[in-house]
Amino acid sequence: MSELTLVQAVNDGLRVAMKEDESVLVLGQDVGPKGGVFLATDGLHAEFGEDRCFDTPLSEDGIVGVGIGMAMNGMKPVCEIQFQDFIFPAFDQIVSEAAKMRYRSGGQYTVPMVIRTPYGGGIRGGLYHSQSGEAYFAHTPGLKVVIPSNPYDAKGLLIAAIQDPDPVLFMEPKALYRAFRQEVPDGLYTVPLSTTATVVEGEDCVVYCWGAMVPVCKTAAERVSESRGKSIRVVDLRTLMPLDEEAVIQATRECGRVVVVQEAPRFCGYASEISAILAENAVDSLEAPIQRVTGFDTPFPNTLENYYIPDARRVVDAIEQVLDY
Amino acid sequence: MSDLLQIIDREGNKVGTVPRVKKEVFLNMYRAMVRTRAFDDRCMKLQRTGKVGFSVPNRGIEAVSVGAAAALDISKDWVAPHYRDFGIMLYHGVSPERMMDTMFGNEADSAVGRQMPVHFSFRKPLNFLSISSPLGTQVPQAVGIAMAMKTRGEDGAVLTTFGDGSTSASGFHSGMNWAGVFNSPTVFLCQNNQWAISCPSEQQTKSSSYAIKGEAYGVPGVRVDGNDVLAMYRAVSQAVKRARAGDGPTLIEAVTFRMGGHSTSDDPTKYVDPELVTYWEQRDPIVRFSAFLHAEGILNEAADATLREEAKDEMLTAARAAEAKPVPVLTSVFEDVFEETPAHLKKQSAFCVDHYSSRGEGVNEKGEFPL
Repeated sequence: MSELTLVQAVNDGLRVAMKEDESVLVLGQDVGPKGGVFLATDGLHAEFGEDRCFDTPLSEDGIVGVGIGMAMNGMKPVCEIQFQDFIFPAFDQIVSEAAKMRYRSGGQYTVPMVIRTPYGGGIRGGLYHSQSGEAYFAHTPGLKVVIPSNPYDAKGLLIAAIQDPDPVLFMEPKALYRAFRQEVPDGLYTVPLSTTATVVEGEDCVVYCWGAMVPVCKTAAERVSESRGKSIRVVDLRTLMPLDEEAVIQATRECGRVVVVQEAPRFCGYASEISAILAENAVDSLEAPIQRVTGFDTPFPNTLENYYIPDARRVVDAIEQVLDY
Repeated sequence: MSDLLQIIDREGNKVGTVPRVKKEVFLNMYRAMVRTRAFDDRCMKLQRTGKVGFSVPNRGIEAVSVGAAAALDISKDWVAPHYRDFGIMLYHGVSPERMMDTMFGNEADSAVGRQMPVHFSFRKPLNFLSISSPLGTQVPQAVGIAMAMKTRGEDGAVLTTFGDGSTSASGFHSGMNWAGVFNSPTVFLCQNNQWAISCPSEQQTKSSSYAIKGEAYGVPGVRVDGNDVLAMYRAVSQAVKRARAGDGPTLIEAVTFRMGGHSTSDDPTKYVDPELVTYWEQRDPIVRFSAFLHAEGILNEAADATLREEAKDEMLTAARAAEAKPVPVLTSVFEDVFEETPAHLKKQSAFCVDHYSSRGEGVNEKGEFPL
């Protein structure tokens, strides 16, 4: 066991996966001797050498396109896109190529590849170092989307993603990179993809969240428990695609009141999909309309980012609203 | 065309050093070119008669694909192709019936009827990567495939093909740049057929050639007469040799002409000068190579005529066989999205089958739901 931050857990996960399987390699901008702009790949170049951990040209479609080629030919590349905001030049390679290769070749060619990328606000990164684009990717058939919210899950989910036979977009909440430490087992373990985690037990209302919103929702749930004497469940979705829909429907049936929280803009966001799934499958269990707490439908601001990102007070208000309905 | 690598001129006369290969190799190349045209002609007829929805004319570019294919060792080399490359598959023994299965999108189609016609993908007898419709995306992928070979210490090479239009797409630039930086064993083959649908080369680039674009990436560029199969064979052989030796990538520009439309949905008479077509008809790659083989005593009139007839019959037989096969089962739509089909797709699959079977749609005369 070691006490690690989330970014250290990512680093440890990469190291363990690379030790375990020599076809695993890491590529991206500044991931080599520098160890990545957030130090997620720190020390890997020294330990595994230039063939296994290397810097690339400043070319996101190249990083993903080359990664796809390597994956089709026996390697397990872990590509780093320095900020999720810079992933869009690679959108074609991700959406048209990686996600569709198995399907369009009848299973003859597959892309066991992970694309790691830090996402989300809270670091005063403004428009282009803060976005939460998970909905673009969860909408794409053939692509898995995974978002950890703590160091233990970050390592276990990352190793599971690397072992997965399909392409996985692994979005890391950069606001949580160094927010807290947690006991993380040494060596190899996995957290299975497509499983949710109940991070706070409760039965009067359920809050669905992922990534950087999980600690925010935990705080909100605790506050409402204290102020109202109600028990609020918090469920961390962890894998957005493929989602464990049954778990979400079941928790909704048990709690009857639902809040969905995301940092991303509201319109057509992932919270909307959760709301729709529950409207279709669990409306008979609902005792109040579903509430979404989200970022606003604006580009991500800089100076006033704290008013954009959902905070515990906004989540508390939404929980109280569904409780009082 | 003096700046072009050329071995036989348009009358079939030797103007360069003929590659020293067995007579059989010449005949295999010629047969593949003739079969490529026969396959193309059959596909055009199938589309015009409404039997398949779409095709991509290959007329006029046969020497590019076949000359390049003949330079590969498919036990270790891969191909990351674009969509105008029938000759590579036919040269290397992909059966026309399997290709026709993709044209028809039937249950035997290697892509299980999921792609449009012409978007082939094969793992055997060669690694012929699944063709994409977005242009140039295969180029960085080819570099990745080659880098994996290099990492494992293998001496394979990757041939990636694309048209002149694709040199404007980002994948070309990323791929060329990476290949230069990493010295990857990649052969970039630009099929300059002079048209990107209706847009001619002068609307594509201000460069004096496509080959010259290699210079910016530190990748040597070669211009080749793309209607001269022997020149193509020589240029790609040299590039593959360089790749195997660890000397890195090469960019080859094959200068040719697309004798048909971009696709069956295109009417090139709206934008191609008929005089230009006549000019290129006089440079037909098959006529030229045939003349060479006759002059060299490798092929005679009778054998040539037989070979052409056989190719026509072969493609008709393949088309009939593919046409007779049923469409894929409906549940196949939901497979191969992921290795393991997740719950939501199982649900959608069951819904889809139930919806269409219970309403009598897709039910045959015996009342069965064969899908």
